Amino acid sequence: MEPFLGMLGDGFLWLMSLIGLNADLMSRYGLRFLDGVWVTLQLVGLSIVFGAVLALPLAIARVEGGKFLSRAAFTYSYFFRGTPLLAQTFLIYYGAGQFREQLTDIGLWWFFRDAFNCAVFTFTLNTAAYQSEILRGGIQTLPVGQMEAAQALGLHRVLAYRKIILPQAIAVGLRPLGNEVVLMIKASAIASVITVYDLMGVTRLAFSRSYDMEVYLWAAVLYLIMVEIVRRVWNVLERRLNRHLLLSH
Amino acid sequence: MLDLLELLSFGPNGWGDEILQGALLTIQLALVTLPVGIAIGLAVAVAKDSHSRLLRAVGDLYTTVFRGLPELLTLFIVYYGGQMLLTRLAGYVVEGAHIEVNQFVAGVVALGLVLGAFSSEVLLAAIRAVPKGQKEAASALGLSGWSTFRLVTFPQLWRIALPGLSNNWMVLLKDTSLVSVIAITDLMRQTSIAVGVTKQPFFFYLVACLIYLVFSGLSSIVFSALENRASRGFKRVGGH
Repeated sequence: MEPFLGMLGDGFLWLMSLIGLNADLMSRYGLRFLDGVWVTLQLVGLSIVFGAVLALPLAIARVEGGKFLSRAAFTYSYFFRGTPLLAQTFLIYYGAGQFREQLTDIGLWWFFRDAFNCAVFTFTLNTAAYQSEILRGGIQTLPVGQMEAAQALGLHRVLAYRKIILPQAIAVGLRPLGNEVVLMIKASAIASVITVYDLMGVTRLAFSRSYDMEVYLWAAVLYLIMVEIVRRVWNVLERRLNRHLLLSH
Repeated sequence: MLDLLELLSFGPNGWGDEILQGALLTIQLALVTLPVGIAIGLAVAVAKDSHSRLLRAVGDLYTTVFRGLPELLTLFIVYYGGQMLLTRLAGYVVEGAHIEVNQFVAGVVALGLVLGAFSSEVLLAAIRAVPKGQKEAASALGLSGWSTFRLVTFPQLWRIALPGLSNNWMVLLKDTSLVSVIAITDLMRQTSIAVGVTKQPFFFYLVACLIYLVFSGLSSIVFSALENRASRGFKRVGGH
């Protein structure tokens, strides 16, 4: 396997130099770029999943909660959607440093000490706000008869949500959720500002050492590939999950 | 608590005036970028709506690229790439010339390119939503091309595009914070400087967040007024 991969790498570099790109630069930083892509994927994947977990109670609090709960959920999403992600990231990363003693006391400092964790934490809070809005919108597009019918059949509210409301709400919110994943891939570049070596971080490092604009173009191509893959996958996903809604396609 | 408020005072000991200056620069940057981005967006939308296959492909490529790239990356490419490109071009004219790109201009160009990509989608949908019969009726009345656009198409396009453009503006307002990374002394940068001196990151970044919130709150007031004005001749469902 090893020699085969080496050959593949050499062939790739030869191709690069053939079309006039800087193969020397690629051989020095190529593997690091792949590591960067992996870190970016981790950032995005973890944030989207944890964000979804957090978005569910937020959306339900908006719809079902009393005056206090629904307002609290609204304030949360208003804050995180109305302020720049960069400011939120600084607030948590540098803010955590300020509360180091308190965080050590409650045994959480090990978590906030790491820039990667801080980035995932901030992105999770941020995307939870957006995802909760998507989910809330999905729930509120459903006619009230859906819930009434469920209750007429004797279903408990929780069960009605699980079996009837949420599956339909998620189907409605699928497309905006795909957009949110794309936005998250792009926004994850902000992690590079707090010293995380994601794709953007690796690119900035390579540029500061080589002063070759080409590294930015590689990064651009890699980001575009990631975004395009998500878009394609989402199109397939949507056609599959919403196939009962597609009549004429 | 009082100590913290004192840090926000105006004058030699407080950071109030510096942060306010940064906030003004943020607003300036967003306001200068807005017409640039909308102009690009309009041009791209017209290209995507044209009969020429080449123009449509160029328009689609533009949107795919600038909607897909992280804003931070676009900013770096424009800033460093622009610097290198202009230096090389100047090198042909004057031997050894070096050109520094102004950060503000780089910020406007980068954010304008991104806004252009996003607003082109909104404007394209709006252009297509104006029925063809409107233009035909205008030409039947003897209106010229420009008069048709100004008096017939545009007022209707405007009403349809406003909600989408308002979204684009909110995103732009938040994206301006990224220019602090190339050392423009906007709200974010000034806040970071204040943090560096006072060692109060949580407080200052929270203040910055609240200022951004005020900006988006004000923007939504302005936009709902504009939307009311744009749809004054239009009765909505629900009667509002």
